[in-house]
Amino acid sequence: MRQVFAWFVLITLVAFLITGALLMHPFGYPPSDMDDYMIANSQAETANNNVVAAVLFDYRGLDTLGEATVLFTAVTGVLMLFRALKRKENKL
Amino acid sequence: MLSKIVRTISNQLILFILIFGLYIIMHGHVTPGGGFQGGAVVASGVVMLIAAFGSSEIKKSLRESHLSVVESSGALIFIGMAFAGMGTIFFYNFLVGTPVFGGIPPTGPNPGNVWTGGVIPLMNFGVGLKVMAGLSAIVLAMALFSSGEEMEE
Amino acid sequence: MMQYIPFNIPFVAAALLVGVALFIFLFKRNLIKIVMGVAILSSGVNLFLIALGYRAGGVAPIYTATPEGVMVLPVPQALTLTNIVITVSVIALMLTMVMYIYRHMGDIDAKKSRLLKG
Repeated sequence: MRQVFAWFVLITLVAFLITGALLMHPFGYPPSDMDDYMIANSQAETANNNVVAAVLFDYRGLDTLGEATVLFTAVTGVLMLFRALKRKENKL
Repeated sequence: MLSKIVRTISNQLILFILIFGLYIIMHGHVTPGGGFQGGAVVASGVVMLIAAFGSSEIKKSLRESHLSVVESSGALIFIGMAFAGMGTIFFYNFLVGTPVFGGIPPTGPNPGNVWTGGVIPLMNFGVGLKVMAGLSAIVLAMALFSSGEEMEE
Repeated sequence: MMQYIPFNIPFVAAALLVGVALFIFLFKRNLIKIVMGVAILSSGVNLFLIALGYRAGGVAPIYTATPEGVMVLPVPQALTLTNIVITVSVIALMLTMVMYIYRHMGDIDAKKSRLLKG
């Protein structure tokens, strides 16, 4: 009974995803207004040859700040969990 | 600990991997690359040393308290550069036009110049330090836990 | 020159990758296989993001010694870089939890690790 329900959910979700992929814009001709401005004005405003680095650190710098916070939190969590496990084994 | 051939080759190869990783970090504003990619390359070199020598040997030279200091200083450099342009707005590029790192390249395709970019090369350096120390600390903690069971403090 | 690709094949490939990951979530019981399913799901999402911003006959968006042609969109590539680093952090935390469960229970099975044990 549970297997039948799981197969039904899987086939519904995959059909939904493939229908959404077939109805998108034709591959190779995306709508782009913001990116045309960034490609044309990136060398005058940020003095940079690499447009991807200028987008990552200048036009969208707050996303990089959030991602540095996620990396810091993950490293702190891993080190703290291993220290607690070692101390619990010493006490047993 | 693997055989003697693997240990000798790892000793020679770690120097070239470190130089390659630092080249990718420092030229992040001229060629493809940047802080995240260069930090991952250097962390993979440290993982190669851990796999060749065993975690008990590496623990004598590379402690986790030193790695924590390096990672925190990388994060402080990144936030300090963001706060230094607070005169106009947060995250303002205040080094464009000054002779330190500002030089405006000509429009269109050109051979690149390292002394351009404003505040972006310093931010690349900070993020590279942070990713390098963070990924090495995660792999070192997992290797120490599952084999030797000896962590200090 | 790249010609017109029919039926949007890269988007359908990304949807199939997400479908494989959903199959692993629903039917497998080993905890390590579920963590591998999370990695496949993130690969599908990254492929979809990069395939969104492709222009026919495009070159890389860097001005240092570029060949002739229009440039592809740079914003989805920046978002994919951030996504890869976040995926590495999430998988590291998940593997730490799996080590915790193995040390406590002695067995990795998704059904047995739900019962509360003293």
